[in-house]
Amino acid sequence: MDISFQQVGYSYAVGTPFEKRALYDVNGSIASGSYTAIIGHTGSGKSTLLLHLNGLLKPTDGVVRVGDVNITSHTKSKELKTIRKQVGIVFQFPEHQLFEETVEKDIMFGPMNFGVPAEEARTRAHELIKLLGLPEDVAKKSPFDLSGGQMRRVAIAGVLAFQPSILILDEPTAGLDPRGRKEIMELFYTLHKEQNLTTILVTHSMEDAAQYADNILVMHEGRSVLSGTPEEVFSNADKLSEYRLGLPRTVAFQRDIEKLFGKSIGRLALTEDQLAIAVSQALKEEGER
Amino acid sequence: MKEILSLDHVSYTYETEDEKPHKAIDDVSFTVQDGEWIAIVGHNGSGKSTLAKLMMGLMYPNEGKIRVFLEELNDETVWEIRSRMGIVFQNPDNQFVGSTVQDDVAFSLENNGVPFEKMVPRVLDSLAQVQMEEFLDHEPHHLSGGQKQRVAIAGALAMEPQMLILDEATSMLDPQGRDEVIRVVDDLKRAKGLTVLSITHDLEEVLLADRVIVMNEGKVMMTGKPEEIFAHGDVLESIGLDLPFASRLSRELRKHGVNIQGEHMTEKELVNELWTSHFNK
Amino acid sequence: MLEKMIFGRYVPGNSFVHKLDPRSKLLFVFLFIIAVFLANNTITYALLLAFTVLVILIARIRFYFLFNGLKPILFLVVFTLLMHFIFTKEGALLFEWKFIKIYEEGIRQGIYISIRFLVLVLMTTVLTLTTSPISITDGMETLLNPFKKLKLPVHELALMMSISLRFIPTLMDETDKILKAQLARGSDLTSGTIKQRIHAVVPLLVPLFVSAFKRAEDLAIAMEVRGYRGGEGRTRYRQLAWKNRDTFVIFLFAFLVAVLFWLRGGN
Ligand SMILES: Nc1ncnc2c1ncn2[C@@H]1O[C@H](COP(=O)(O)OP(=O)(O)OP(=O)(O)O)[C@@H](O)[C@H]1O
Ligand SMILES: Nc1ncnc2c1ncn2[C@@H]1O[C@H](COP(=O)(O)OP(=O)(O)OP(=O)(O)O)[C@@H](O)[C@H]1O
Ligand SMILES: [Mg+2]
Ligand SMILES: [Mg+2]
Repeated sequence: MDISFQQVGYSYAVGTPFEKRALYDVNGSIASGSYTAIIGHTGSGKSTLLLHLNGLLKPTDGVVRVGDVNITSHTKSKELKTIRKQVGIVFQFPEHQLFEETVEKDIMFGPMNFGVPAEEARTRAHELIKLLGLPEDVAKKSPFDLSGGQMRRVAIAGVLAFQPSILILDEPTAGLDPRGRKEIMELFYTLHKEQNLTTILVTHSMEDAAQYADNILVMHEGRSVLSGTPEEVFSNADKLSEYRLGLPRTVAFQRDIEKLFGKSIGRLALTEDQLAIAVSQALKEEGER
Repeated sequence: MKEILSLDHVSYTYETEDEKPHKAIDDVSFTVQDGEWIAIVGHNGSGKSTLAKLMMGLMYPNEGKIRVFLEELNDETVWEIRSRMGIVFQNPDNQFVGSTVQDDVAFSLENNGVPFEKMVPRVLDSLAQVQMEEFLDHEPHHLSGGQKQRVAIAGALAMEPQMLILDEATSMLDPQGRDEVIRVVDDLKRAKGLTVLSITHDLEEVLLADRVIVMNEGKVMMTGKPEEIFAHGDVLESIGLDLPFASRLSRELRKHGVNIQGEHMTEKELVNELWTSHFNK
Repeated sequence: MLEKMIFGRYVPGNSFVHKLDPRSKLLFVFLFIIAVFLANNTITYALLLAFTVLVILIARIRFYFLFNGLKPILFLVVFTLLMHFIFTKEGALLFEWKFIKIYEEGIRQGIYISIRFLVLVLMTTVLTLTTSPISITDGMETLLNPFKKLKLPVHELALMMSISLRFIPTLMDETDKILKAQLARGSDLTSGTIKQRIHAVVPLLVPLFVSAFKRAEDLAIAMEVRGYRGGEGRTRYRQLAWKNRDTFVIFLFAFLVAVLFWLRGGN
C-alpha cells in the first residue's frame, strides 16, 4: 500500500486559547514495501505525522492517502477501522499498553479486535513469542512480571499479531541496552524483508536511519523539508545542521578522513562495514603511490 | 585522595514471591575516591539501579557494608548522608516534585530546614549552574525532557552535595537533551570537583569517566580506565554491551588489513593514528 | 468541549486581585459565601450583584470569556430561574397561558436565588482564575494551621493536593497516549452495547493504573532521597506576604456586611 501526504496540516486543541499548530503543509510519499526513516529535532512533528497514518488524527488541512483510502478532516471514524487493521504502530515505550492477565491474551487482543478467531489468534501469539526470542513459558505469565526488555517484546508481538502490512515504529528501542537495541532493530529489518512490509521508522539515531532505511524524510518545525535516499540526505550536512540534526558517525568519520586526504574516498559510507572497506582501500592506494 | 564511598562485599536480594529469588547484587566491592568520575555499565537487569538505591540508603544490604563519607550507612546516618549526595533518576516526569521549577529546586532545602533567607540565593545559584535560571516559574509540563533533567540536577545541587549519582539520567532524552545534560555535569565536575557516579548505556558518557565499573548479573565483572575496559571488546559484547564507534571501526579496519597501533576510543584519535602511521613514514 | 471550560482554571495576570495574598482571597471568598445569605430584598441582592461585577472589573477578566467558559453553569442558573417561575404559587397572578401560571412571588424568588447562585459561582471563579493552584494550596495550609493542634494532617493534605495538581497534565497526556495505542490495536470505545463499552475501558484503565502506581513509587523515592520525612522541621520556600491591600480587603468585607445589614429588610 502506497502512502502519500498532500499539503497536510494539523493543529492540536483547535478553537481554544491552547491551540497549537504542529504540522504545516507536509508533502511526501512512501512507496509500498519501502523502509522509510523519519528524522527531525524534538517537537518537529514526527509523532504527529505518524498518527495520521491510521487516522488516530485527522488532518486539519490536506489529504493523507493510505492505499486507496483518503483521510481528510471529514473522514468518518467508521471508515478508519479498515485502515487500522493494515497499519501497526509500535509506540515509544510500547510496554505501557500491556493490560491483560497473561502475555498470550495480551498478544491476542489486537487480532481479536479485528475479527480473527480466538484459536488462530492464540496460534499467532505462540509463534510470535518464539519469533521474538521470548522463553516459551512466558505465555501464561502476567506481562507485569517480566523484565523491561521482555515487556517491550511482548508489546511488539501484540502489534505484529494482527499482521499489518504497514509497520510504524516510533523510537522503538528507547531505554534498552545496546544488545536489546540491536536485536530489535535487526528483527524489524528481517520482518520487513521477509514479509515485504512497508516500514516507517521514527528515530533520533542517524546511524539507524543510514543503516536500515531506503528513504529518509526530514521534518523541521512541522514541515517536511528534505527527502531522498540516505546518501542524498546525508550529503547535505549544512542543511541538516540548520535543522539541528547531525550526521551518522560513519559519514562524519568519512568526512574527517577526506579532509585529511584532501580528496573523496568514494561513495558515502552508511554502515561501518562500508566505511572500513572504503578507508582501507584508500589507504592502500595511497601506499602504492 | 580521600575515600568518598566504599562497598564491602555487598549483596542484596529483593523480597519476592518467587521460590528461588536471585541476588540482584552479588558480593560487590569497590571504592570511589573524592573527585572521581565513575561510570557504571551493564545490561538491563544487571543490578545498576539496585546499587544506586543501596548507596542512597533506600534499602540496606543483606550482607556486607556500605560506607559513605567514611561513615557507615545505617538508620542513624542515612539522613545526614543523603543531604550530602544528590541523585537523578531516569524518568524526567516522575522526579519533579514541585509545581514550578523554583519550587522543585527548593524542595530538598525545605526538607533539610534551610532558612528562607538562604534558600533564595541557593535556588538561583543552582539553576544558574545548569543554565535554567530563566525558567524560574515554568511548570514541568512546559519543559523538554532535557530541561527537566537539568532542573533535577539543580535540585540535587541546591544542598551542595559532594557526590552526584546519575541513574540513566539521559536515557529517555533526545540527542540534544542528552548533550545538554552531559555538558552540565561535565562543567560541574571541572568547576567544583564534584564526585560523579553515572550509570549509563551511553558510550560517550562512559568515555568521560576516570574509571568504569562493568556489572554483569549482579556482580562486578571488570573495573578500569575506559581504554582498559574497551580493550576487552569481545567480553563486553558477550555480555550485551557495546564498544565506542572508534573501537569498533578499528576492529573492522584491522580485519581489512589496516595496521593500527593501540586502542583508540574517539574518532579524533583514530583519524590521527591513521594519519601518522600512513603518511609520516 | 472540556477545554473551553474555565471553572477551576488559572489565568496568570497582574491585576489588584491577582496580587492579593491567597489567604486574604480565600478568607474573603469563604466569608462572602456566608454573607450572601444576608441578602433578603431587592436592594441587597442588587448590591451583591454590583459588588461582584466590580470585583470582576478590578480583576480585569473579560466578561465574554467568563460567559463562554461558564456556559454550562449559566444554563443551570437559567434552569433554576424557570423552575421558580413555574412552581412557586404565591403572590399576585401576573401571567396566564393554558396551564402555565406565573406569580409575582415566583419571579421574585427565582431572581433572588439565581443571583445568589450566580454570585457564588462568579466569586469562586474569580478566585481560581486569579490565584495559581499552588498559592491556593499554600494559603489553605496556612489558614488551616491552627487545626494542626486537633491532629488534622494539614501539611500532608496540602502536599497531596499540590502533587495531584502537578500530575494532572502528566496523567492526561498519559491517558491520551494509552488510548491511542489501544485504538491502534483495534480497540473500539464508541460502539457496541453498554456492557461491551464498559469492557472496552479495561485496556485503558489497567495501564493507566499501572503507570500511576509506578509514578507514585518513583516519586516517593525521589522525595525520600531529597530528604523528605514529613512536615516536622521543614522550612518553607513559598513565603506569603500579607500587605496593606490584604488588610484593606478584609475591611472592605466588613463594610459590605455592614451595608448589607443596614439595607436588609426587617423581619
Ligand atoms: N497532545 C498535544 N497537544 C498539544 N500539542 C501537542 C500535543 N502533542 C504534541 N504537541 C505539540 O506538537 C508539536 C509536534 O510534536 P510531536 O510529538 O509530533 O514531535 P516529535 O517530532 O515527535 O518530537 P519527539 O522527537 O520529541 O518525539 C510539538 O510542538 C508539541 O509540543
Ligand atoms: N522492586 C523490585 N522487586 C523485585 N525485583 C526487582 C525489583 N527491582 C529490580 N528487581 C530485579 O533486580 C535485578 C536488578 O535490577 P536493576 O533494576 O537494579 O537493574 P538495572 O541494571 O538497573 O537494569 P536497567 O538497565 O534495566 O535499568 C533484576 O533482575 C530485576 O528484575
Ligand atoms: Mg515523538
Ligand atoms: Mg536501572
